[in-house]
Amino acid sequence: MPETEWPLWEVFVRGKRGLNHVHVGSLHAADDEMAVRHARDVYTRRNEGVSIWVVRSTDVTASSPDEKDPMFAPSGDKVYRHPTFYAIPDDVPHM
Amino acid sequence: MTTLQEQFDATVAHSDRIEPRDWMPEGYRKTLVRQIAQHAHSEIIGMQPEGNWLTRAPSLRRKAILLAKVQDEAGHGLYLYSACETLGVSRLELTEMLLAGAQKYSSIFNYPTLSYADVGTIGWLVDGAAICNQVPLCRTSYGPYGRAMVRICKEESFHQRQGYELLTTMMRGTDEQRAMVQESVDRFWWPALMMFGPPDADSPNTVQSMEWGIKRNTNDDLRQRFVDMSVPQAEALGVTLPDPALRWNDERGHHDFGEPDWEEFMAVVKGNGPCNAQRIAHRRRAHDDGAWVREAALAFAERSAEESRA
Repeated sequence: MPETEWPLWEVFVRGKRGLNHVHVGSLHAADDEMAVRHARDVYTRRNEGVSIWVVRSTDVTASSPDEKDPMFAPSGDKVYRHPTFYAIPDDVPHM
Repeated sequence: MTTLQEQFDATVAHSDRIEPRDWMPEGYRKTLVRQIAQHAHSEIIGMQPEGNWLTRAPSLRRKAILLAKVQDEAGHGLYLYSACETLGVSRLELTEMLLAGAQKYSSIFNYPTLSYADVGTIGWLVDGAAICNQVPLCRTSYGPYGRAMVRICKEESFHQRQGYELLTTMMRGTDEQRAMVQESVDRFWWPALMMFGPPDADSPNTVQSMEWGIKRNTNDDLRQRFVDMSVPQAEALGVTLPDPALRWNDERGHHDFGEPDWEEFMAVVKGNGPCNAQRIAHRRRAHDDGAWVREAALAFAERSAEESRA
């Protein structure tokens, strides 16, 4: 019988309090508890983290790169969402 | 409307990164799988020569350091397997290709570690050469590979420094210890130079890899950089590098050095080095002996999931 691989998990680490969890890589584990333990050993050997999230890779839904342009187009033409769109006289303070 | 190929070329031309779900030429994907897998396998096989000395480290301090180092190599292997898997190969496939000899690992790990001084020499020269190779790879065009390299380079500096410190400690010891260091350097110098691969003229993949932004420097460039870095370090240590042709060339602003024995290099690559068979046999044994653990953990996970559903 061909060997079944342990499933793949994506690992997210919070570097320190006040920061978001950031994706750092992936690893294989049999279950979620083992995934957290492995993530500690693989990705935080030098105090790189204070908190770890693991998510099964198959549970991640991503935007497709093929749809890149139409997907992100709605924000591309809305320049009025940026502060620099608005002209304010130079002598107005604190703005 | 631009074609997928044009979009890819433009991304690489801007030194922007290619990410896993982007379209990429099949040759680019294949080259990356080959290179990243070889790199990952090297880290994993690389645990063996130094692991050889774990139970015989001369003090608890040295043992703790060596254990941390060997553990890092395992970690580096895992970062790289993780990067390689984003290209659509599975971990099991990679392991099987290594065991079948279908993918290679760095030839340097087919040399034996005969004395404890080798632990120091490997840290200084082998990890030093690896750093030379790896620092430019932090800017490689494939995102996951570059990010793995950044993590690895941060940790690699500890490896080189612990090795050099070990050697300086021995050089302050007895005549016998100094002789051990010199003998070790004599054995590892040439294999370390071979780590950069064959001369540019005989490296058929280099041009294409550089066009794709996978490689950033040629083999000979990196080898020269490594020699220039190592000479003053050898002087400070008080050892002689075993190359009668090694001397400073004022005109070039670099050191001239002799030609490594490329026949030996090819022999080791083809499987005829001193430890090739032993390294693969050890890896295969570890993989086979671990099979029941992998199976049991999976069975336990399945049953726990069923119980929590019930």
